[in-house]
Amino acid sequence: MENNIWLQMKDYFNNNMDSFLIAIKEHLEISLIALMIAIIIGIPCGYVCVKFKRLEKQIVSLFQVLRVIPSLAVLLLLIPVMGTGVKSAIIALVLLAMPPVLMNTVVGLKEVPDFMVESAYGIGMTEKQVLWKVQFPLAMPLIFTGIKTAMIEIIASATLAAKIGAGGLGGIIFTGLGLNRTDLLLIGGITVGLLTIATSLLLELINRTMMKYKYVR
Amino acid sequence: MTQKAIEISNVTKKFKQAEYNAVDNVNLTIDEGEFITILGSSGSGKTTLLKIINKLYEPNEGTIKLFGEDIAHVDSVQLRRSIGYVIQQIGLFPHMTIAENVATAPKLLKWNKKAIHERVDDLLNLVGLNPSDFKDRYPSELSGGQQQRIGLARALAVDPKIMLMDEPLGAVDAITRLHLQDELLRIHGGLQKTFLLVTHDINEAFKLGNRIVIMNEGKVCQFDTPKNIVANPADEFVSSLIESSRNQGKFWEGLG
Repeated sequence: MENNIWLQMKDYFNNNMDSFLIAIKEHLEISLIALMIAIIIGIPCGYVCVKFKRLEKQIVSLFQVLRVIPSLAVLLLLIPVMGTGVKSAIIALVLLAMPPVLMNTVVGLKEVPDFMVESAYGIGMTEKQVLWKVQFPLAMPLIFTGIKTAMIEIIASATLAAKIGAGGLGGIIFTGLGLNRTDLLLIGGITVGLLTIATSLLLELINRTMMKYKYVR
Repeated sequence: MTQKAIEISNVTKKFKQAEYNAVDNVNLTIDEGEFITILGSSGSGKTTLLKIINKLYEPNEGTIKLFGEDIAHVDSVQLRRSIGYVIQQIGLFPHMTIAENVATAPKLLKWNKKAIHERVDDLLNLVGLNPSDFKDRYPSELSGGQQQRIGLARALAVDPKIMLMDEPLGAVDAITRLHLQDELLRIHGGLQKTFLLVTHDINEAFKLGNRIVIMNEGKVCQFDTPKNIVANPADEFVSSLIESSRNQGKFWEGLG
């Protein structure tokens, strides 16, 4: 039996290497696009929360609520509105990825000590310069952690995107479920796992090179 | 005749939720090149007064003139670039190297690279740190005293005529503190700048200042040379300050 699975998996790679690679490519594409959108919306939203404290509760709780809805439910709910396909999948993933990016931006910016901001103003920085040269760089480690969390959640959840026809590695898993083929389940599942580990290692590497000052001594 | 560097007239500052004025009708005239120390306990308004001078706070009443120019009519960013400012927490940017920290103000003013490079080296030498040893390190790798030297170098970077220092030595140990006091005197003597240093340490105030502002509850109790203050304390508060310091001296003699 065990031999059988290995043979089946080998067989799969021999015959379907192309479609396997395409599945990985689709998976990464959906994930990266969703992450980019989540960053582009999430970080400015976080800044707005810190700058206008009145809005913070509303924005943060909105995304908290959205986060509680299971991704699969969001996907299915989006079908009547957006139809099936990549777009719906990306929207669902963005909703999933927004909270960690947004909240870590809020916490990161809030944790910059007042005296640091004061000394930046004291040197003669404008408000913009204080933001870009001091507040954001100092908030960056936390924002980056949020991005990492978001990325891992996205890659794992992008599997579900196949359910509404957006492709990706989920396709292999769902086919495996349908045909009761353990080999396909293993290939799909392990590949998603490896992708998650690989991207988090990559992000950690970027983190270490960007925030060198955190790791001196 | 020496020029008047700072003229503070009738300055009052009241914070929104406060019952008392943080700074209460303060009048001071400071000449160029003086080393003024502002002595007071916490809550006496000394830090507030300093922050009004570089427009981190807006006064409710009164005017401040720097070299004859009313700061109300000067853009606050431009004003702060022309004034050196050092705070107790130092506020070195942890994500920048020492050289980048010191170069902050010159970079804002868009100096060319070579000039910045030379300036950083000069400043590090001035504050007694070897440029090649320290330039590329991060603030977290330095001791408190070294960090405060860098804070001073950063504030001096664009050669401001006025230096405001808010308890710059408050966070360093007693021995380093004495060293840095001597350094401050040396640097002041060599530069002919106007120094304003806030402290709650009476010994520091009397050692560093050629004149001392003594503040209590937002008001200036006395503004005079150390000698005159000791000879003629203006009120209860000032004499009790001097008395407490004398008692401390006696205490040490008693131990010896």
